Amino acid sequence: MRPDLEIIQNWITPKSRVLDLGCGDGSLLNYLKLKKNVNGIGLEINAKDIQSCIAKGVNVIEQNIDEGLTNFQSNSFDTVLLAQTLQASSKPDLLIDEILRIGEHGIITFPNFGNWKSRLSLASNGRMPVSKFMPHNWYDTPNIHFCTVKDFDALCVEKNVRILARTVVDSQHQGNWAMKAWPNFLGEIAIYHITKNS
Amino acid sequence: MSRQFPSDNVGIIKPQTAHFDEELTLRSGKSLNGFDLVFETYGELNSSKSNAILICHALSGDHHAAGYHSESDAKSGWWDTCIGPGKAIDTNHFFVVSLNNLGGCAGSTGPASIDPTTGKYFGPDFPVVTVRDWVNSQAMLSDKLGIQKWAAVVGGSLGGMQVMRWAISYPERIEHAICIAAAPKLSAQNIAFNEVARQSITNDANFHGGRYLDANTYPKQGLMLARMVGHITYLSDSAMGSKFGKDSTLFDPSGDKFGRDLRSGTLSFGFDVDFQVESYLQYQGERFSENFDANTYLLMTKALDYFDPAIDFGGDLSRAFEQASCKFLIMSFSTDWRFPPARSREIVEHLLKAKKDISYLEIDADQGHDSFLLPIPRYIDGFKSYLARVFEELSSDAA
Repeated sequence: MRPDLEIIQNWITPKSRVLDLGCGDGSLLNYLKLKKNVNGIGLEINAKDIQSCIAKGVNVIEQNIDEGLTNFQSNSFDTVLLAQTLQASSKPDLLIDEILRIGEHGIITFPNFGNWKSRLSLASNGRMPVSKFMPHNWYDTPNIHFCTVKDFDALCVEKNVRILARTVVDSQHQGNWAMKAWPNFLGEIAIYHITKNS
Repeated sequence: MSRQFPSDNVGIIKPQTAHFDEELTLRSGKSLNGFDLVFETYGELNSSKSNAILICHALSGDHHAAGYHSESDAKSGWWDTCIGPGKAIDTNHFFVVSLNNLGGCAGSTGPASIDPTTGKYFGPDFPVVTVRDWVNSQAMLSDKLGIQKWAAVVGGSLGGMQVMRWAISYPERIEHAICIAAAPKLSAQNIAFNEVARQSITNDANFHGGRYLDANTYPKQGLMLARMVGHITYLSDSAMGSKFGKDSTLFDPSGDKFGRDLRSGTLSFGFDVDFQVESYLQYQGERFSENFDANTYLLMTKALDYFDPAIDFGGDLSRAFEQASCKFLIMSFSTDWRFPPARSREIVEHLLKAKKDISYLEIDADQGHDSFLLPIPRYIDGFKSYLARVFEELSSDAA
């Protein structure tokens, strides 16, 4: 199992209702179904991924997150997941609001643009970084809203969102003590567990 | 030399008739004292009777969904694209039952049947049947076949509405609901089209207040018109455009013809057929009028108009869906303007609200409402994979 999924599943209550926004081929939901017996539904727009979900028996709804989530009732899910999709959404701040309207908890993962490799790449080449976990050119990338761990922390403060847990891993999804100490510098993928501040 | 059918075809099928002596009380309060349902089956029922799939037909459909009726039969069943060995509804895995609904005109008791109490055609005296009545009669057929629970109930358009009704009325008898190109209820526009169809039938001089069979005639023109109007709503603008836009024409040599192919190459400057689409519609209407009972057409359109499963739940469709315990697969097609994707999304929204297991596919297809009958790869792949999972589930349950 990918270590980031391992981290995420620790935050999921067995038999809870999980909505996975941008669920891809349904691997995560399938894993959570097998491991935690969750009642999951995924949203996806990629036809091939949707087909994979169906073949796995993962509930999937063909729907574009950017066109709104108004068809989802408030507080209708225990957890809303957003894995590696925040940076590709048109309005990340509003999406976070929606996640915490629909779910009691949110789990959000995104590539940390504050990582030293990105910084070094930009500083030394003077060009937008292209790497294994950010493989696109600036003009054809679906990732239109990059942020750093610090940026996300600041947005949570601004939105009065409570961070229950935050962890960072590298592109191999491994974490270590140094990343814990300097998450924004060393972490390549940030994983947040959030909820509403009561 | 006997005819060779493709290996994915169910081959020659013999329709069967189930007779019911029981009285069936209808939604209208009227009742039918005994009736027949004609049906076909494809594939084998397993020993635990857990692999049965029910097919619900749409407005002009019948029990003949797959295969052929004879060696010389030119046309296969209406859903042959989807039913057969190795097809989406795989008859190697499933026992498929397809019936002609009550009030139909393909062998089940309907307006063109003889009323045993009078010895005459039912005609306009045949009671108006609703989707709920159909589903109740289908449940009676299930009992007769010994099928306690359907692995799936499947249908497109009006057939999809029967699927929803099954899920709500018989939650313990359906494992999966597959509802394609349907709507939770008709819009005013949908009803308006149906009313045009009804008016054209009832205003035909040969309608005779619905007693045309007694007069040894039928409202051919009216039925033709009704079908022409209906047919337009089944196709998309773009589907018509490509179907009738092959020739380059005098007044549109650009190649962008919007389906304006001429029938004879020149304009007639009269009121006869000029464009291909006109003769096509007339041909479709004519063929249909020769094979379909006008009173049945009236009944079917009323069943559509009346369908509204939310009605018993204060208009709240999600509360209706809360009754269901099956899993749902909903599919819609981008250019369907009869029941557009937005209507399927309504179904999805209420299923979500009811916290049901649900998958939804919105398939890009040019062919309009008719898409559900056609071999559109993404549609067929999704449909097939979903049912392959259903088969896996029931196989592992048995193990």
